[in-house]
Amino acid sequence: MPTPITSGAAAPVGRRGDKLKNRLAVIAFLGPALIVLGLLVYAIVFTIGRSMFDAYGDFVGLHNYQRIFSERRMLVAVRNNAIWVAIVPAVVTSLGLIFAVLTERIRWSAAFRMIMFMPLVISSLAAGVTFRFMYAGNPNEGFLNAVIQQIVHIAKPPGLYPGARLSTEDFAVAVEGGFASKEPIPVGQQAFFALAAIRPQLVPENARELKVPEPSSDGITGVVWLDFLSGGRGTRGYPDAEKRGLPGIKVEAVQDGKVAAATYTNDDGSFALTGLAPGAYTIRLSADSFRQPFGGYYWLGRDFIIPALIIAYVWINTGFSVMMIGAGLSSINRDLLEAARTEGANEWQVFRYVTIPSLMPVVTVIFVRAIISVLKIFDLVLVVAPEPVRADATVLALEMWNAAFGGMNDHGLGSALATILFLLILPVMLSNIRRFRLEQQ
Amino acid sequence: MIQAKTRGQFWRVLRFVQARAVDIIMFVVAVMWIIPTLGLFVQSLRTGADIGQSGWWTALANPRTLTLNSYIRLLSEPTMLRALKNTFIITVPSTILVVGVAALAAYALAWIPFKGREALFLVIVGLQVVPTQMAFIPAAQIFRFVGIFGTVQGVICFHLAFGLPFAIFLLRNFLGNMPRALLEAAQMDGAGHLVMFTRILLPLAMPAIASLSIFQFLWVWNDMMIALIFAEPANAPLTTAIFSQMRNFASNVDVIAPGAFLQMVVPLIIFFVFQRQLVQGILGGSIKD
Repeated sequence: MPTPITSGAAAPVGRRGDKLKNRLAVIAFLGPALIVLGLLVYAIVFTIGRSMFDAYGDFVGLHNYQRIFSERRMLVAVRNNAIWVAIVPAVVTSLGLIFAVLTERIRWSAAFRMIMFMPLVISSLAAGVTFRFMYAGNPNEGFLNAVIQQIVHIAKPPGLYPGARLSTEDFAVAVEGGFASKEPIPVGQQAFFALAAIRPQLVPENARELKVPEPSSDGITGVVWLDFLSGGRGTRGYPDAEKRGLPGIKVEAVQDGKVAAATYTNDDGSFALTGLAPGAYTIRLSADSFRQPFGGYYWLGRDFIIPALIIAYVWINTGFSVMMIGAGLSSINRDLLEAARTEGANEWQVFRYVTIPSLMPVVTVIFVRAIISVLKIFDLVLVVAPEPVRADATVLALEMWNAAFGGMNDHGLGSALATILFLLILPVMLSNIRRFRLEQQ
Repeated sequence: MIQAKTRGQFWRVLRFVQARAVDIIMFVVAVMWIIPTLGLFVQSLRTGADIGQSGWWTALANPRTLTLNSYIRLLSEPTMLRALKNTFIITVPSTILVVGVAALAAYALAWIPFKGREALFLVIVGLQVVPTQMAFIPAAQIFRFVGIFGTVQGVICFHLAFGLPFAIFLLRNFLGNMPRALLEAAQMDGAGHLVMFTRILLPLAMPAIASLSIFQFLWVWNDMMIALIFAEPANAPLTTAIFSQMRNFASNVDVIAPGAFLQMVVPLIIFFVFQRQLVQGILGGSIKD
């Protein structure tokens, strides 16, 4: 939204005898513009009128508007536009405020502003393509998921044997991502875990042939192995020779929900939980060893598409608010700030009671511009949202295009959608005109 | 005494950390803002097979896998070459027409008295925020009637209509701020409107005209929506030509990535060359969507 550059009243140059000359000049100078602007006004009136007729040109009153507020697809568009308006202007404005304030405290502020500013000059198409790459689902391809994967893996590293399952449920069951003995095992006895569905390349180099350990008098011993022999040899669920032990799995002895002892399996798959008090313990293979690596969010799927679009929009537009607010900040009266400080205001109070109020005009400009711009949002949605999720990401402008030019060829519905956008923007338009009139006087 | 000294040191250290913290935060933000563009650039230098297999950042460790092949292929493809040409033959006339027609109108609105001048200017102020959607359907009908629907001329006409209100607004304000005495002196010397416009005001308005031209050029260059409706495939600019490839994103990445980067090179050059004008223009209100 433009901030008017006030000119006062540009007074006419002219004397009495110039009347005819002036009239001719007006026609010559203003003529081309008047034709185009006249057509523009005609188009607006036409579209408002057309919105009351159906696709075939029959008068239907407000029926097209009823459709917009009752058909599912249209309602999704209305809802999405509402989400955009509710979230995005606030985000863009507050980010701009934060960055602009912080920019004043760094030496490389010019470079920072330049970096933030750059996305403003590139097309929604280029920005959209850029974000299609950022959002690729597989963490091996999409940058955003790759970053999230790194963070998630710090907190929850993937297990050594993701996706493993029990070869037989005869003596163990799957529990919460890990595995546990079917029944509590008394001290002195043994626990066996036969696992399958582990890809050969995931079995570590140091894994050796399984070895069933000796029973222990003050503990529980056992073995975890890969229950597979080539050529269909061996017995399922039985610790045959040549089957490989699985090292590095965390084994816990649990009694009454408390872990009494824990250890890791050896290279031959054996483990020994010793020093246990007499009694029976559930032997558990921790879920940590079998956790799948983070597979990435499907940013371009229906659940994440709106946040994904909003992030792209924020990336494009934050530079505008940073610059506007930055200019606003530098024009704040330094004396005012100093006066507040001498009066004993702390930095927060200065910011809250001096800086913020002085920035209100520019913040309003940014906020209003953002509202208009998200109401009209179109290309970004079209480019970033893949076709299968377009119905979930749709907005009024997209539906307008769809209705009028995308096969439906319903100029009535299209006009009604355009008119709704127009009506939503109308208050801004009127307030612009009003403000300009006041400034002119 | 000693206590006061250590306390002073403590504050100094804290202040130092604080200062660094801001730098670190801002550095992270800056990196976040650079990465998407960098990613697109790197992708455009990779083969389609590589793009499908691994993230672009892996190529940074292995720069030998980067190649200009995608660009060479892109520029040897007739459709993309034509799209590039179309982009220019849409953008350049649109810019010149908007600026030219607006300059004439702005002069009349600023310096020639006539009835309804104020009202007309208020209409222009209002027209600036009207959504383009409001004109799609009637414009399509008019263009069909005149026979320019789908042509480059149609696209240019539409850009002219939606570029004018802001352009007139900006230039009228600029021209209106010219010293009155200058104009009166010229008139005393017998200069007519044409002379005053071309010899006096136009040269003085060059900064505003240059800034407006840059913005108008960028808007039209970056437009996809208007071209999508008013340009048929043969007349499509880069934006819509690339967009039409996106139906099969995965299999066309080797066209889409270099194409999108190519589309954005011209705005980036303008950005680096005319940064000051752009910043001043935006602060002065030259932004629209």
